[in-house]
Amino acid sequence: MSVLVYTESWGGKFRKSTFEAVSYASVTAKVLGTNLVAVSLEEVSSDELSKLGNYGASKVISVPSINKGDNQSASKVIADLSADASVIVFSGTHTAKMIAPRLSVKLNAACIGNVISLTDSAEIVVKRKSFSTKAIETSKSNTSKTILCIAPNSFGLIENNVECSVESSDFSEKGSLSFDGQETASGKISISEAEIVVSAGRGLKGPENWGMIEELAEVLGAATACSKPVADIGWRPHSEHVGQTGKAVTADLYIAIGISGAIQHLAGVNSSKVMVVINTDPEAPFFKAADYGIVGDAFEVVPQLIEEIKKLKN
Amino acid sequence: MNILVCISSVPDTTSKINFTDNNTKFDSNGIQFVINPYDEFGLTKAMMLKESTGGKVTVITVGEASVEPVMRKALAIGADDAVRVNINASDSFSAAMEIANYIKQNNFDLIIAGRESIDYNGGAVPAMIAEMLGLPFINACIGLEIDGRNAKLVREIDGGKEMISASLPMIIGGQKGLVLESDLRIPNMRGIMQSRTKPLLVVESTSSYPHACSVSFAKPEEKEGCKLVDAGNVSELVDLLHNEVKVI
Repeated sequence: MSVLVYTESWGGKFRKSTFEAVSYASVTAKVLGTNLVAVSLEEVSSDELSKLGNYGASKVISVPSINKGDNQSASKVIADLSADASVIVFSGTHTAKMIAPRLSVKLNAACIGNVISLTDSAEIVVKRKSFSTKAIETSKSNTSKTILCIAPNSFGLIENNVECSVESSDFSEKGSLSFDGQETASGKISISEAEIVVSAGRGLKGPENWGMIEELAEVLGAATACSKPVADIGWRPHSEHVGQTGKAVTADLYIAIGISGAIQHLAGVNSSKVMVVINTDPEAPFFKAADYGIVGDAFEVVPQLIEEIKKLKN
Repeated sequence: MNILVCISSVPDTTSKINFTDNNTKFDSNGIQFVINPYDEFGLTKAMMLKESTGGKVTVITVGEASVEPVMRKALAIGADDAVRVNINASDSFSAAMEIANYIKQNNFDLIIAGRESIDYNGGAVPAMIAEMLGLPFINACIGLEIDGRNAKLVREIDGGKEMISASLPMIIGGQKGLVLESDLRIPNMRGIMQSRTKPLLVVESTSSYPHACSVSFAKPEEKEGCKLVDAGNVSELVDLLHNEVKVI
């Protein structure tokens, strides 16, 4: 028996969400009294692979020839490596959400997504976000193998240095999709795994006023996000829309500027640990959901906030 | 081209969510049900494809008779016929199995589902169907062009997008971007009248074995209340975030 973790890489590098999945899987392996094996797809250097040992992976199997978007092949290789695994852990990235359900059909294993808690025992029972975070569901696996996709940023990192062996697999397989290239915004932090998210809404009055939002995000090392109406009228790209029908946010700090806090918006962001609202309207529903609030004009408050944070960082 | 659109009947996005039976069941009392927003983008895309290339759009759902108003709405928007698998699916695997079984007995060139449903948020059904049928699959699909049997797709990836080519038949999990919010269609009176006489086939379940089950539900913990900081004293907010909750 073992626990397996899929360790996603981007351009040969792991991200925090990968190490978080390894941390989660490592604690799960302890609960089950077994060891942790990591599987990495695509080309990743042995130096980078050995970092997985810092979070508890005692063995890493690298399969460089598999493109992770090729979910037919990715699920096949992970299934082959899962013969001995009772729990298989993923971080809930876009790519993982293509691979994990396919794997669950191959292995006849339950696939539980949006997971936010550990299991207490070998009977796999975990808490997960449900109803767009309007509810927390306790979910139980009925199968001998279980796949858990954890919600990014809901567990955190746990350093646990172990001796880590790295081996390479020459497994070769190609599915029927062909990949024609990617466009990525370099240097941008992705919303789903950002520790701090700065989000703005219609209160900003127009797309030309986003300069201060971007500056605030920059001084905080945060991702920028927006409300649904702002994405729908084209002030900001759809990829920034957070809320019930957009991206889910589980940040350490979520700052909402000029967002009233409709139930659909709050549903997508309220699992953030600390929420701050800045709004001219003291009756805005966001004040009921937030931890800290300023009733005031964003155009006056935000520039001051930027200056104060700069002072703090220096 | 024959297109199948998988639809879920979900609580309207403004719904407050409650549970009954000692917090083990969703309380549908007083809830307005709608087409899952992710599925509605897919249905709209299917209508556009049908209008440009011809063919037929079928919608399918897994659920008891109470979900039929949402099926009728899909028919009013323009789907040609509807299929309901008569069971309350208890997990993603069961729902996927029912839909896959229907697809096996019928011929579809393209299957469009939503990325996830906004009720249980499993996000697993479309990929599971793909695996059960051995079909290529793309999730978080934000662009789709069909030329004959070839599909050009765009999927959202963490921090960007990826361009992909594939051959039909295939299945996609769609989201906003597949079509825009402004492309969504409101049924007109003619559509509503026609929807009443369009075929809505009820098929019985093959009763697959659920892989996972819900034990109970809880509401997220309420916040303790908002601490207000004076607009003229922004440094106090920075101090609280740095020293009290230590998030910056």
